[in-house]
Amino acid sequence: MKKQTGSGFGNALRQLTVPLVAIAILIVFNLIRDPAFFSVTTTVNNTGRTVLAGNLISIINGASELAILAMGMTLVTAASGGQDIAVGATAAVCGSVFVKVLSSGASITGLSILIAVVACIAAGMLCGLFNGTLVSVFKIQPMIATLILFTCGRSIAYWINGGATPTVSSPIVTAIGSFIPGVPVPTPIFIVIFVGLCFGLLFRFTSIRLYMQSVGINQRAARLNGINPVVIKMLAFVLLGVCCAFSGVISVSRLSLINHETILLEIEMDAILAVAIGGNSLGGGKFRMAGSVLGAYAIQALTTTLYAMKVPSTDIKAYKAVVIILLVVLGSPVVKKAFANLKLKWAQRSAKGAEA
Amino acid sequence: MKKLLAVILCLGLMLTASIALADNITVGIINNPPSESGYREANVKDFETVFSAENGYTAKAFYSLKNDEQLAQASQFITDGVDYLLVSAAETTGWDAVLTAAQEAGIPVFLFDRMIDCDEALYEAAVVSDMRNQGIGAVEWLKAQGLEAYNIIHIQGAMGSDAQIGRTEPLKEQADADDAWKIVVQQTATWDEAEAKNITEAAINSGEAFNVIYAENDGMARGAVAALDEHGITHGVNGDVIIIGFDCNRWALRQVILGNWNYDGQCSPFQAQVISDMIQKLQAGETLETKIVISNERGFDAKTITEEDIATYGLGEE
Repeated sequence: MKKQTGSGFGNALRQLTVPLVAIAILIVFNLIRDPAFFSVTTTVNNTGRTVLAGNLISIINGASELAILAMGMTLVTAASGGQDIAVGATAAVCGSVFVKVLSSGASITGLSILIAVVACIAAGMLCGLFNGTLVSVFKIQPMIATLILFTCGRSIAYWINGGATPTVSSPIVTAIGSFIPGVPVPTPIFIVIFVGLCFGLLFRFTSIRLYMQSVGINQRAARLNGINPVVIKMLAFVLLGVCCAFSGVISVSRLSLINHETILLEIEMDAILAVAIGGNSLGGGKFRMAGSVLGAYAIQALTTTLYAMKVPSTDIKAYKAVVIILLVVLGSPVVKKAFANLKLKWAQRSAKGAEA
Repeated sequence: MKKLLAVILCLGLMLTASIALADNITVGIINNPPSESGYREANVKDFETVFSAENGYTAKAFYSLKNDEQLAQASQFITDGVDYLLVSAAETTGWDAVLTAAQEAGIPVFLFDRMIDCDEALYEAAVVSDMRNQGIGAVEWLKAQGLEAYNIIHIQGAMGSDAQIGRTEPLKEQADADDAWKIVVQQTATWDEAEAKNITEAAINSGEAFNVIYAENDGMARGAVAALDEHGITHGVNGDVIIIGFDCNRWALRQVILGNWNYDGQCSPFQAQVISDMIQKLQAGETLETKIVISNERGFDAKTITEEDIATYGLGEE
């Protein structure tokens, strides 16, 4: 027991091995391929502002939606032992609400943006509550429960706005999606940091982390200890709904439009993958959110690398699959155990060597 | 006097009532849902306006992206005994049985927007877009610009779709035939604006030299332009990069008239009037001369486009 608390940092490092190794491999590979791959330069964009540019910025910026969704997905995975496959569709609904509120006002001001964001978060929470109720109260498998919104979410998003690709043009929306005037770093990066900080504070000042883990590990034991699993699971889904709202807002703001059919399409799979790469058990229980976020950046780095190598985007999924198989196998308990055994043998052998 | 007025009024009412009852032509419309794209939205609206009660039609419409659902509803329309069946099929195959049933029931079938893989005798006429023609139009226009070198970023639509194949082939043929034409990046963004932006961004980051963006729809052109803007690359009439899009959304034509884009190829969703004229001809007992009508589609150049063009040919909202 004492040893475990003592090596808390070591534990964290061990769990983050897979995403860190993945990112390291990608960095080394790219540096060999093209030494200038990660160079960050400044350019003057077409509105006359100096901003940062380069692959590194593209990766961190482009992974924003995925990183935020991965945080929420980690919680749902930990508490319910299942995954939400409707995050893309929920984000589409949220984005649609965002656009609807903005376009129904006469002009877009700071206040109307604030109202739109609040409405958007409310929509996300509502979707989360719906999924959460099905999972926690009606005890439906998370994947089946979220299949409902997965199927109909994009149609709902379409109903809210009508029209194929409604647009909202306003300097404030552009600032959310790309750059705030005078700040050379893309805004979505700040939004990720903000959401991450919120979760950090939540874990620091409440016992939610512990509650979610204990519900995920053993529901009955948690209940006997006075934790209500229904509430905790629902909370996890609602928090994921909030994450969906933030992702939706970022995604809509990037190009000031929403395409209901393609916005954040198939991102649920990447989000689940990020959680897995991050060394979290998909069966629930203990979790480490930082791992999932690193996993998200690793996935985006992989995509950007493949684009830079001019791999046809129809083939990208196949290449991604190969890398993913490697990562998941590397992080699997069997391989981990084999590694541990190997280490033990080495230690024994060197000990013997020292004796002799 | 009062009596006379009443009689006239009654007669008038009866006349209008009988016109409304006798002359309404029922049409069953099978189409894709308006949420599919800006094109489809305009297409559905066009059919709603033309086949309206005011024009003497009773229209029953069914929308689905799934071929089997479309087939089931088409059979239902035949059972209901509609006068005409109008079809934009989700897939090009599998329609023989239903179309034969329609023929046996004496219901003329019109194909619109997309062709179906079947015997010509099974349908009355087809009013369709020629996607390949749209691609040729854009490539010819690009050729006429007389650049010394063409280094093209080619952003494709969903692979295998009619529009993607039609708009890709002419460009590829030109690039194969002429050494001055080089496709430096060719990627599919599956009609997704954000993906198009990522593809363009990756090309910029890896220092690729390019002077043309050939995007197979307006949304993807918009995504690519957003990437250019963020990296300070000028585009449009007085810019370094030529921008080509397709579909003629109203907001896209606005970009063209502002000189931010150079060319937008039309994909006309307005087939309803042509079909309505054909139906009126059949109603009058005449026969149709043409089996396949290709929609007359054009491209809009930033240098020659007018406000009137935007009003007439633009789709959706600005």
